[in-house]
Amino acid sequence: MTKFLTLLSREIKSYFYSPIAYIVLCFFLLLTGFCFYSSVTYLSRGATELTIIEAFFNSVPFWIGFILIFPPITMRVYAEEFKLGTIETLMTAPVRDWQVVLSKFGGALAFYIVLWLPTLLYFVTFEHVVKTDAANAIGAYWGSYLMVLMIGMLFISLGCFASVLTQNQMVAAVISLSLITLFFFGGLLAFFTPNVSPAFRMATGYFSTLEHMGEFSKGLIDSRRFVFYLSGTLLMLGLTHQVFQYRRWKS
Amino acid sequence: MPMIKVENLTKRYAGFTAINDLSFEVEKGEIVGFLGPNGAGKSTTMRILSSYMPATSGRASIAGFDVFAQSLQARQHLGYMPENVPLYTEMRVTEYLNYRAALKEITGRRQRERVGDVKELCNLKEMENRIIGTLSKGYRQRVGLADALLHSPDLLILDEPTIGLDPNQIRQVRELIRNLGRHHTILLSTHILSEVEMTCSRVVIINKGKIEAADTPENLVNDMRAAGGIRFEAQTGADDGAAELGKIAGVKEVSVETEEAWSVFTLRTDSQSDPREEIWRLATDRHWTVRELSRRRATLEDVFVEMTLDDDEA
Repeated sequence: MTKFLTLLSREIKSYFYSPIAYIVLCFFLLLTGFCFYSSVTYLSRGATELTIIEAFFNSVPFWIGFILIFPPITMRVYAEEFKLGTIETLMTAPVRDWQVVLSKFGGALAFYIVLWLPTLLYFVTFEHVVKTDAANAIGAYWGSYLMVLMIGMLFISLGCFASVLTQNQMVAAVISLSLITLFFFGGLLAFFTPNVSPAFRMATGYFSTLEHMGEFSKGLIDSRRFVFYLSGTLLMLGLTHQVFQYRRWKS
Repeated sequence: MPMIKVENLTKRYAGFTAINDLSFEVEKGEIVGFLGPNGAGKSTTMRILSSYMPATSGRASIAGFDVFAQSLQARQHLGYMPENVPLYTEMRVTEYLNYRAALKEITGRRQRERVGDVKELCNLKEMENRIIGTLSKGYRQRVGLADALLHSPDLLILDEPTIGLDPNQIRQVRELIRNLGRHHTILLSTHILSEVEMTCSRVVIINKGKIEAADTPENLVNDMRAAGGIRFEAQTGADDGAAELGKIAGVKEVSVETEEAWSVFTLRTDSQSDPREEIWRLATDRHWTVRELSRRRATLEDVFVEMTLDDDEA
């Protein structure tokens, strides 16, 4: 366990050694700030059913930015180690493969959570200034941020998987962006093609992050989504572990 | 129980065999030089020994622990420094060593002690707060070595520890390795043969994935076919020097070159015989004027070249 924590803390620290972390942080703050601003503007135009939480978590710029932040977070995790050869020093220390895989995932997830923390301020400020609840119920807070966490886990594990495939960070970034985009727009197929069977609509709805976020930001917390995102994450981490071993053994 | 035991180790990649049926042992306390041309399979063998990758077939163990089945225990007994010493360039020296110590389960007070000790041992004290990326090659090498020594392992495996260093640094590293040899078993690979002659108690030469020889440097040199030669410079006057010298027992071949008034003879001899006294006697009998009579000993380099050069190149 101490080894895992050592690995994890290095992973987290390594983000802040490089300028990428600060660029991503700035970009993300600008983006969420803009989203929040446009959501407030939208609500101030007149009566609407939406709360600020719902408006914020379901806007178009939010999703575009949301997809874009994953590749820079995950692209370096394995690719850099393979490129620099540090993977050899790392894996000849008495650590287990899964400890490394989990620590890299955990490090990226921790950085992702750090990205999200400031957004809580927006809603606190909103309630304070506007003297209106930001959400209909506390469940909407929980739901939104839980969904952010779960989508984050799945997309980060996809990004880690992309990074373990190559020693070129750019290639890793492109692969992870493609995987995430495919996944995201796959879930939207039913929206683009209106004349589809209900079965197809249900099937795509099962992995439509957009729909899931819609539900959760209303406070509708559905356990099927937990199963989906957690099992997806585990699957990707398992694949990452396999490829990780395979690549070292081939080199 | 040998410190390293390698039995019939084979590693095949798609299309080619990196090492083929390798077997050798390293006893506790030895400093073994692992020699071979580029691509001979040295790094592959070392990577298998360090549990970085598994062999295709065969077995290897470190301090009695199988490097594949009991890889974690094997790694605990091993300090490994990979070729070119990959390090996290954005960390500071002490920070990196602390991190590596924690990975090797050295924590708390012992961590402070050990990190201090290895910094002292590898002369890293004045660089301890520098960022690794700004260090010179020589210092990075020392950081890698300090890392390998952190958990005071029984065995050190060093892949090309002196590559890319300047002569002074090479001398320092060699000194360090020799000192370490008092408490650790060491397996090191290198291209610098004089270094092996000075530091290693035994040599394993591999070529194209197979062991060509394994013995002490002295024995290897003595067993050489072209064990050495004698250089003899004299003015022989009217005598046919080459013919006279060729009659001496032990001399296999004589060649002559002329340097102004001097004849320079190069004699090839048997590995065991040293006919210098007889040459001297011959020279005084015939009143030759002598200005040089010296023996050139075969070096490990000769052994290496003879064993690893392809027949068609030789």
